[in-house]
Amino acid sequence: MEKTVNQKAWFLVLPVLVLVAFSAIIPLMTVVNYSVQDSFGQNQFFWAGLVWFEDLLHSERMWDALGRQLFFSGAILAIEVPLGVFVALNMPKKGLWASVCLVLMSLPLLIPWNVVGTIWQVFARTDIGLLGYTLDSLGINYNYTQNAAHAWITIIVMDVWHWTSLVALLAYAGLQSIPNAYYQAARIDQASRWAVFRYIELPKMMGVLMIAILLRFMDSFMIYTEPFVVTGGGPGNATTLLSIDLVKMALGQFDLGNAAAFSIMYFLVILAISWVFYTVMVNLDKRDTK
Amino acid sequence: MAKITLDNLAHSYLPNPASDDDYALKELNHDWQDGAAYALLGSSGCGKSTLLNIISGLLQPSQGRILFDDVDVTHQATAERNIAQVFQFPVVYDTMTVRENLAFPLRNRGGDEAAIAARVNEIAQMIGMEDVLSKKARGLTADAKQKISLGRGMVRKDVNALLFDEPLTVIDPHMKWELRTQLKKLHHDFGHTMIYVTHDQTEALTFADKVVVMYEGRVVQIGTPEELFERPDHTFVGYFIGSPGMNVMPARVEGSRAYVEGTEIVLTQGYQPLEGRVEIGVRPEYARLTQSEGMPVKVRRVEDVGRHKIIRAECFGHDINIIAGEDDRISADMNRVSFDPAHVNVYANDWRVQGEAA
Repeated sequence: MEKTVNQKAWFLVLPVLVLVAFSAIIPLMTVVNYSVQDSFGQNQFFWAGLVWFEDLLHSERMWDALGRQLFFSGAILAIEVPLGVFVALNMPKKGLWASVCLVLMSLPLLIPWNVVGTIWQVFARTDIGLLGYTLDSLGINYNYTQNAAHAWITIIVMDVWHWTSLVALLAYAGLQSIPNAYYQAARIDQASRWAVFRYIELPKMMGVLMIAILLRFMDSFMIYTEPFVVTGGGPGNATTLLSIDLVKMALGQFDLGNAAAFSIMYFLVILAISWVFYTVMVNLDKRDTK
Repeated sequence: MAKITLDNLAHSYLPNPASDDDYALKELNHDWQDGAAYALLGSSGCGKSTLLNIISGLLQPSQGRILFDDVDVTHQATAERNIAQVFQFPVVYDTMTVRENLAFPLRNRGGDEAAIAARVNEIAQMIGMEDVLSKKARGLTADAKQKISLGRGMVRKDVNALLFDEPLTVIDPHMKWELRTQLKKLHHDFGHTMIYVTHDQTEALTFADKVVVMYEGRVVQIGTPEELFERPDHTFVGYFIGSPGMNVMPARVEGSRAYVEGTEIVLTQGYQPLEGRVEIGVRPEYARLTQSEGMPVKVRRVEDVGRHKIIRAECFGHDINIIAGEDDRISADMNRVSFDPAHVNVYANDWRVQGEAA
């Protein structure tokens, strides 16, 4: 078919361009703008070049927060992915109980972040919280406001409670797509339960699991509300994750230059890691269709 | 290798089957002889796969027993029964290579690696996949994947039986013929008891020593291809086997005479008075178009299929097919049909009635 060439067609893209410009590009550019300037108040800005970025690279505070952030994301992925898969494997395949399980599993996903934070903040209190009180009366000296390890355990368990369902639901969807003949063939071939998981279920779940890992990584890397509500970043700076630190810097201290450079770095790290995930996933797909 | 006995076996997918219609597989008693090749033939949904899955232990029957060499295995798991089964759609382990796929059933039972490697090469040669042994199975075509499934089914030498559930559906016609030949050879060489489910009569008749025909959850006839052709026990067998199928017409039978709409047909056997719906069945091969004898017919069309002609006609409002030789002349005044009396079967309520010598 002959293609019609009409340069005016570019105008059709304009609405999207405008929308994206206002929602993403312009805000990002203001951040870029702040990151290369210094301000002494009264809206007076001076060119500062790459000073903020240099500062950032030498900032112990940033590296510590990044370390904590990576540890947090790593920990919740290491728990939620195997746990989610385990839950999915043990969910009923069909019938009434399958529906009941699905609804129950979805419930935590529907609760707003700050509500989750509040629930756990109260839940873990030693005076009125069920969890804190129980631990305390069992003789465990539990106190998430004073003890860094306890604070960490609390926010990790909270995230596991909130988001394991997502991994489980995605893994469940992957499992449901496996034709029954595969399980029958495995029984004929006398495959062990482990072999069925390793050679049938895991390969078939790989695609959805990659999506689950990507989603959980991005979300956990950007997490702010829940740990902020529970620990406020404390005790000390023990649970100050990247976003909490960023907000402190930008709004608490009003160091716009530092914070802007921080934001750009933050954005680039997420972009880079997501790109790696994406590339791996696309290659997995390619290998499947080859 | 074993003799497989089905004793009083039946299966329903419903928890509390009430009537006969609730059973996917109706009561069945049968011995599958050790080392014989059987084809299980029937239209879709007639219970073939159900029966196969019960034999392999993937399904627990609602009633009855299964015995291997007179040992009750009804409650044994699939693994203990030592059965190989190949399914309609290819099942391969995606992340494994072709070699690992073929070796998988052997490795699961433990065994000497050298012996496994030798056996895998043997099977690979049989299915023509020696040159892709090291490739990952996931990238292969459906054809190739199904060959791997077949190979995995055949790789164990000591299985009690080899079950095939329409395994050649996804294979292209040329390869189909070749694989079927391979299966027959395998059967000849090793003498496994084989059960081959199919809805393709050519496949069934060329593969098997004995063909088991199923209809609506019931085994309606077990016999050699010749028996199924000459003396179908049930009108369904008549329709289903043969091309075109048997002509079946309502009739009245008195002694050794049958009457179709008042026209007399001589039978070679005599019959007691029959109850229910009485029909006669005649294969198109044993019907002849004539000028003077037999019942009046209206010829609709003549199809020349190469080695013979098929005459499609109407007789008292019933469709009737007649096969004539390639060189037989068919003229406009041939408007009657006569049957070869030795090959007229009598049916009451769809089941063949055995006559007595007249």
